[in-house]
Amino acid sequence: MTDKAVKAMTADIETLTFDETAFTTPPTLAEAKVAIVTSASLHHPDDDGFAPADTGFRVLAADRRDYVLGHWSPNFDTTGFAADINTVFPIDRLDELVAQGTIGSVADEHLAYAGNQFDLSAVRLDSGPAGARKLKAAGVDVVLLTPV
Amino acid sequence: MSTLAHVFEAEGLATIALGSQRNQIEATAPPRGLWCDFPLGRPLGKPNNPAFQHQVLAHAFDLLAATEPVFEVFAESIEDDGVEMMACPLPPRHDPDAHPAVDEARGLRPAYDRAVERYGNRVGAGRVVDADTITDVIESFARVADGTPWKEAGIPGVPSRAAQDLRGYYETAALGLVDHAPSAWAGTRWFFEQTEAGKTVLAARSAMKAADVKQPIWFYMAPGDR
Repeated sequence: MTDKAVKAMTADIETLTFDETAFTTPPTLAEAKVAIVTSASLHHPDDDGFAPADTGFRVLAADRRDYVLGHWSPNFDTTGFAADINTVFPIDRLDELVAQGTIGSVADEHLAYAGNQFDLSAVRLDSGPAGARKLKAAGVDVVLLTPV
Repeated sequence: MSTLAHVFEAEGLATIALGSQRNQIEATAPPRGLWCDFPLGRPLGKPNNPAFQHQVLAHAFDLLAATEPVFEVFAESIEDDGVEMMACPLPPRHDPDAHPAVDEARGLRPAYDRAVERYGNRVGAGRVVDADTITDVIESFARVADGTPWKEAGIPGVPSRAAQDLRGYYETAALGLVDHAPSAWAGTRWFFEQTEAGKTVLAARSAMKAADVKQPIWFYMAPGDR
């Protein structure tokens, strides 16, 4: 078993393509509020886990560290996250960048989606925009998207 | 991930998408994409290495200076050699009457508890069974491997989810046996190739495949290249 073999196996999974690329210009990073959005199906232990075809999102509190990996796919390494959440969800690194003055602030709430979806229409049309509007309402300027 | 980048950007948020699969991030073409040639599951590259993680973030945030869609490649790759395996001591046989994998899992419980205390239960048991009943999964898979139809074997939940609990239990226990984060996939290789429980999962999976069980039922019990 190798990472290369697993990547090759999943390389042909069809992805959405976009005819036009929306492009938003952010404020300077030192003034920006940054959030993380991950497709790792993270959730807090007291939240509902992700169902296999779950196109919704879960809210991850920035002041907690009890994140659980709820992803359904066996096709990625999990020990990196188990040993250090920042391998997937670099919340401590963002806090350090705020302390250094590199970024303005870190959002109080971040989002997790389930990346193991074959039908992305609901994410594209429903839960994606809903999550974006939630972050926008919280004053977020910049989103760092992390996969697994 | 890159799909969300397009959606979020359209809602007025600037995004940077990290990608581990080059062809996928290139095909979806997020507004700002950074391909990091790291093993799947490690988008920031190296656990417990803040300096390296900051290098990745620095490159990612540099993309915010672009005035049009941009795709770049992180300078350093991390390659999985496909061979490295965790070197974890497995417990000696304690109960000769128990299935070897059940005996093994019970023997790893102190290490599991130690790891959960140190890190939290991030990937361990808890999807369909908890640590106290993890042996139920092993016993049910052992029955499947011995020829019992999977629906009659007492698998406590969806087989793939039960297998994830078992793999998570073992990989968490492994962290309780070592003092460092292993290389990517080294824990998974250890589980499937060295432990009785991992071999039992693969045996059950093979038995289900041979019995013409629908592919999605057994396929996701282990990484797909197995």
